[in-house]
Amino acid sequence: MTPPVHDAVVACARDSYSQLLSFVASRAGGDLSSAEDALSEAFLAALQRWPLEGVPDRPDAWLLTVARRRLMDLQRRENTRVKSTDMLLHALSQAEAAVDEGHDFNDDRLKLLFVCGHPAIDASARTPLMLQTVLGMKAERIASAFLVPPPAMSQRLVRAKAKIHAAGIPFQIPSAEEWPERLAFVLDAIYVAFNAGWETTAQDAPGHAGLVSEAIYLARALIQLVPDFPEALGLLSLMLHVHARQAARCGADGRFIPLPQQDPSLWLPKLIEEAEQRLCEAAAFGQPGRFQIEAAIQSVHAQRAVSGRINWPMIEGFYRVLRSHTNAIGARIGHALALAQVRGAAEAMAELDTLPGSQVQCHQPYWVARGHLLRQLGDLAKSREAYQRAIGLTEDPSVRDFLVESMNQQGR
Amino acid sequence: MQYALLFHESAADFALRNDPEKAGAYWAAWTAYIGTLNQSGIVVSGAGLLPPDTATTVRIRDGKRQVHDGPYAESKEMLGGLFVIEVPDLDTALEWAARAPASGYGSTEVRPLLPPMPPVQA
Repeated sequence: MTPPVHDAVVACARDSYSQLLSFVASRAGGDLSSAEDALSEAFLAALQRWPLEGVPDRPDAWLLTVARRRLMDLQRRENTRVKSTDMLLHALSQAEAAVDEGHDFNDDRLKLLFVCGHPAIDASARTPLMLQTVLGMKAERIASAFLVPPPAMSQRLVRAKAKIHAAGIPFQIPSAEEWPERLAFVLDAIYVAFNAGWETTAQDAPGHAGLVSEAIYLARALIQLVPDFPEALGLLSLMLHVHARQAARCGADGRFIPLPQQDPSLWLPKLIEEAEQRLCEAAAFGQPGRFQIEAAIQSVHAQRAVSGRINWPMIEGFYRVLRSHTNAIGARIGHALALAQVRGAAEAMAELDTLPGSQVQCHQPYWVARGHLLRQLGDLAKSREAYQRAIGLTEDPSVRDFLVESMNQQGR
Repeated sequence: MQYALLFHESAADFALRNDPEKAGAYWAAWTAYIGTLNQSGIVVSGAGLLPPDTATTVRIRDGKRQVHDGPYAESKEMLGGLFVIEVPDLDTALEWAARAPASGYGSTEVRPLLPPMPPVQA
């Protein structure tokens, strides 16, 4: 099966899964964990069978039937009647009836997003929870995106789901004044998903392929729901800018090509145009934020298609503004690399050295930046060490090849 | 679902109850809040508590009864009263908690109640 077809199947399965999860959990007393258990087996079965047999005519109904059958088997095997299982079975039949009636499940998924962003949930669990329940990401992948050990992340997720159930957090779209607080976590979740999908598009990683289009789809849906939220527009612009470079990021031999060396004629002008328009709409609100500034940085890179050069002083300036909005590791590394272009590698290195060791130890982009800067400074031995760390932390084979080549270039 | 609303007040807040100048406003706010709660038909039970200096704490340690003057632990805010309410979900409980006078000067903790215990089999 060709990758695009496979991606489409995975996207369809994930889409149905998260919508049904929300519907079922809300009708099973908010018991997200049990609803997940019931549906995740059906979801896995879909991932195995749909690529071979084709996507069924009614994917939602297919998933529900499989989930209900497995739950009934389980009940028969254990030979006991548990109240929560009865409730879950009832919720599954309600969902089947809703599918038959042509119920629009999109609202249910949105409700789930808002549940995950509820202030009664530990703030550090909100975005991870959205990624797991709404976008079907695996706990280990989420842990690596948040630079947290996987067991700690799993525990955080389990605790959050238990709280939703025990505290009775309602599955509903909250009143408008509560949106800004909760939407900040929604935007984070969308962006993490986008990056996870972006990083794994080169690999055969079922379950995460298709996250790029899913993230863009969710951002569009959110903008329809909340049109006057400039950061959502900024996020969409940012993702479109990056997505526009899909074809340019790898050479004909599959080798990774970093942004400044990409051939701009391979960028998609239509996506760039839309990205620019979204950024303009966002800027009109006069409320700059992290995503709008990151989109602006990407917009400067995009201008190379016209001007033929990269305006590094402008990029460095945007990074400085970005630093006043976020202390994120990625923003600080990006700033250091822009500084290197404007004021030299020594100053950039000093900036990198201020990053907390515990956070960068397993952060691949940090070691890439370090290897790159140390080479410019002529410290080849230490540069090689840094590149080796980066290579050891890389998942994408094409990026790994690129880094090995970069490391060896300097050794000669 | 049933939730307990636990009202926490500082020593200074407890002192308001008997402050000649401020007691009127203190009690007026609570009377209004409690009246509204009762009228809304969601109250399962509830009680106000006398200040923590009236508390006595009991522990059994090594089979012996230890009785102490005062609350179980000194902390900045102490339990001043509680209500058990029956509402559909956490958001509704949080709305009622936000209206409590204690939320304005102290804090209100919202906790779901344990579901009723299953009957003991004879």
